[in-house]
Amino acid sequence: MTAKTNDHILINEHAMGRNRLIRQVGRVGLWFNPIFSYFFLWAPILILVLFSFNDSKSVSSFTGFTFKWYDNILNNVVGADPNFTTDLMLTSFRNSIFVGIIATTIATVLGTMIALSLVRGNFPGKKIMTGLLFFPVVIPEITQAISLAIFFNVIFNWIDTITGTRIFPGFHTIILAHVTFNISYVAVVVQARLADMNPRLEEAAGDLGANSWQTFWRITFPLILPGIIAGALLAFTLSLDDFVVTFFNSGVGTTTLPVFVYGLLKLTVTPEVNAISTIMMVLSTILIGISLALQGRNATRA
Amino acid sequence: MKKVLLLLALLALVIPVAVAQDVETTEEPEMMEMDMWTCPEGFEGQTLSIFNWSTYIAEDTIPNFEAACGVTVNYDIFESNESMLARIRQGNPGYDIVVPSGGTVEQMIDEELLIPIDLEMIPNFDNLLPAMVGLAFDTENEYSIPYQWGTIGVGYSTEAFPDGITSWEQVWDYDGSVAWLDDRASMIGVALTLLGYDPNSTDPDEVNEARDYLIEKGSNVVTVAGDDGQVLLERGEVDVAVEYNGDIAQIIAECECEDFGYSLPLEGSNVWVDNLAIPVDAPNPELAMVFMDYILDAQVGADLSNFIAYASPNQASIESGLLDEAMLNDPAIYPPDDQLENLFTSVYLGAEGEELYNNAWDELLIFLGQ
Repeated sequence: MTAKTNDHILINEHAMGRNRLIRQVGRVGLWFNPIFSYFFLWAPILILVLFSFNDSKSVSSFTGFTFKWYDNILNNVVGADPNFTTDLMLTSFRNSIFVGIIATTIATVLGTMIALSLVRGNFPGKKIMTGLLFFPVVIPEITQAISLAIFFNVIFNWIDTITGTRIFPGFHTIILAHVTFNISYVAVVVQARLADMNPRLEEAAGDLGANSWQTFWRITFPLILPGIIAGALLAFTLSLDDFVVTFFNSGVGTTTLPVFVYGLLKLTVTPEVNAISTIMMVLSTILIGISLALQGRNATRA
Repeated sequence: MKKVLLLLALLALVIPVAVAQDVETTEEPEMMEMDMWTCPEGFEGQTLSIFNWSTYIAEDTIPNFEAACGVTVNYDIFESNESMLARIRQGNPGYDIVVPSGGTVEQMIDEELLIPIDLEMIPNFDNLLPAMVGLAFDTENEYSIPYQWGTIGVGYSTEAFPDGITSWEQVWDYDGSVAWLDDRASMIGVALTLLGYDPNSTDPDEVNEARDYLIEKGSNVVTVAGDDGQVLLERGEVDVAVEYNGDIAQIIAECECEDFGYSLPLEGSNVWVDNLAIPVDAPNPELAMVFMDYILDAQVGADLSNFIAYASPNQASIESGLLDEAMLNDPAIYPPDDQLENLFTSVYLGAEGEELYNNAWDELLIFLGQ
C-alpha cells in the first residue's frame, strides 16, 4: 500500500518536473514570439524614424544626427520662405486631415446607426446583413478602389446626360469612398460594445417611464460612447493612411499625403518625407492607443 | 471625457498648421524683373491644373506664374507615365497640363487623349532648339512641346574604366559585373542600332535578331535593374550600369568624388523627352497654352533647368547664358555634339509592336536568368 503510494508520488513528481520544464520553455517562447514578430513589424518603421534625423540626404548611410528636416517643415508652417516641394507636402498633409475628419464623422454616425439596428433591431435578413458588414473589411482594397472609381464615373455620366453638367472627381469622391470602407469598421467596433451592454438597463429605463428617445440618449449612448469614439479613431487612422482607394478616386488638387509620398518614388524620397511620415505615424499611434484604451475600458466596466 | 478632450487638443494642434499654410500662400512675394515674361490679358481669376512628375519644377516657377497672370494653380504629382495615363483614361478629372514622355505622347494621341495645341498662342515656341522640334512621336508639334530631356547611357566606375566608355563593345566585353536598365525600348533600340537597323523597328525578324544579339552579349549582366542601377553602382555591386543620366548625376553629385562617370557610347543611345501636353476635356486649354509659352521663356526655362538639373530644350536659355555654366559643360547633362547626333527617341510602336518588344524582352530576361 505504502509502496504503491510512493510510486504514485514518484510518477507525479516526474510528470510535474516535465510540466514545469515545458511551462518554462513556453514562458520564454511566449516572450520571444512577440519580440520576434514586433521586430519584423517595427524595424523598417524605426529605420524610417532614424533616417528622419539623418544629416545627409542619402538613404543608405547615417552620417549624423540633425533636426533640420523637422525644422524645414516647421519653417514652412510659420516661416517667411516657403519651399515649393515642402509646401506641396504640407498641403497634402492638410488634405489628408481634412478628408479624414469629414469621412470619419459621416462614417461614425452611419456606422453607429447600423450597429444599433443590427444588435437591437429584429427584421428579416438580419444575419445576412451582419455578415455583409464584413464585406468591405475582407475584399481587396484595389477591388474596392476600382469599383468605386467606375461607380462614380457611371453616375457622373448619367448626371451629365440628364442635366448637362459634368461633375469631376474631387474631395467629395475621396470622402465618399473613405466613408464606404470606414462604415464597416465603426459598425463592427460599436456592435461589439453594444453586444456587451446589459439590455436590462434599457428595459429598466423604460419601466421608469423613459421613452425610447430618452432611453437612447441617457442610457445607451453614454454607455456605447467609448465604442463610438474607438471606432471613430480607427476610421480616422484608416482614412489618414489610405493610398489605393484615394489614388483611384482623387481629383485635381486633392493629393493626400500617402499619394504625395508615392509620387516621390520616381526620384529620391526626401528626408522631409521621413520626418513628416514620422510625425504622421506618431499621430496615428496616439489615436490607435486612445482607441484601444477606450475599448479596454469597455471590457473592465462590463 | 478627458480622452476626448485630449483628442480635441490634438486636432487643435493640427488644424492651425493647415490654416497657417493658407495665409502664407496668399502672401507670396511678387518678384518683378525688367525683361520678364508678360502674361496676356484676360486670365485673371482663372485656374490652371497641372499634373507633373514629382520634384520636376523650380521652386518659384508656379508662384511666379500665378503672380504674373493673376491665376491660381493646382499642382499634383505622379510617379510614372502609366499611372498618369490610368488617371486620364478613366476620364480627365480636370487637368489642363500633363507631362508625358515621348512614347506616351504618341500613345495618348493614338487613344485620342490629347487635344491639339495652337502654336499661334505660343510665340516662345521659336525659342526651342531645332533638334527638339518635330520629334518622332509628334512630328508637327500638334499636341506637345518639349519640357525637359535627358539620355540613357552608361554610368561607370572610374576605377574600372580610367579612360571612360566610348563604345557599347566595352560594356559587352567587360570582365566584371554589369547592370542593364529594365527598359525594353532603349535596350532593344541600342541592339537594333548596332545591327544597322532602325532603333524603333517593328520587323519581327530584326527585333528577334536584336534579342539574340543582346542574349549573346549579356553574359556579364548580373541584374537588369528597375530604376536603381545607380545605387548598385554606388555600392560597388556593379562597375557599369546602363541608367538615366539624372540618376547617375545624382550619385556623382552626392559623393563629391571622382569615382563615377557617365557617358553616351558613340554608336548611339536613347534620348528621352518629357513634354507638356493638354489632355482631352481640359477645363482651360487657353491658359494651358499660356503656361506653355511661359515655360518656353528664356529666363523661366533657364531657372527651371538650373533648379532640377535636367537638360533644357530651350535654345534661347542656352544662348543667353542664363543656364548654369557648370551644367552646360557637363557631358552627362548636355551631351557633346558628336554624341548628340546618334541619339534616338523611342516612339509608341502600336499594340502589335509593343507586344513584339514585350515578348522579345521577356525571352531575353529568361535567358539572362532574371
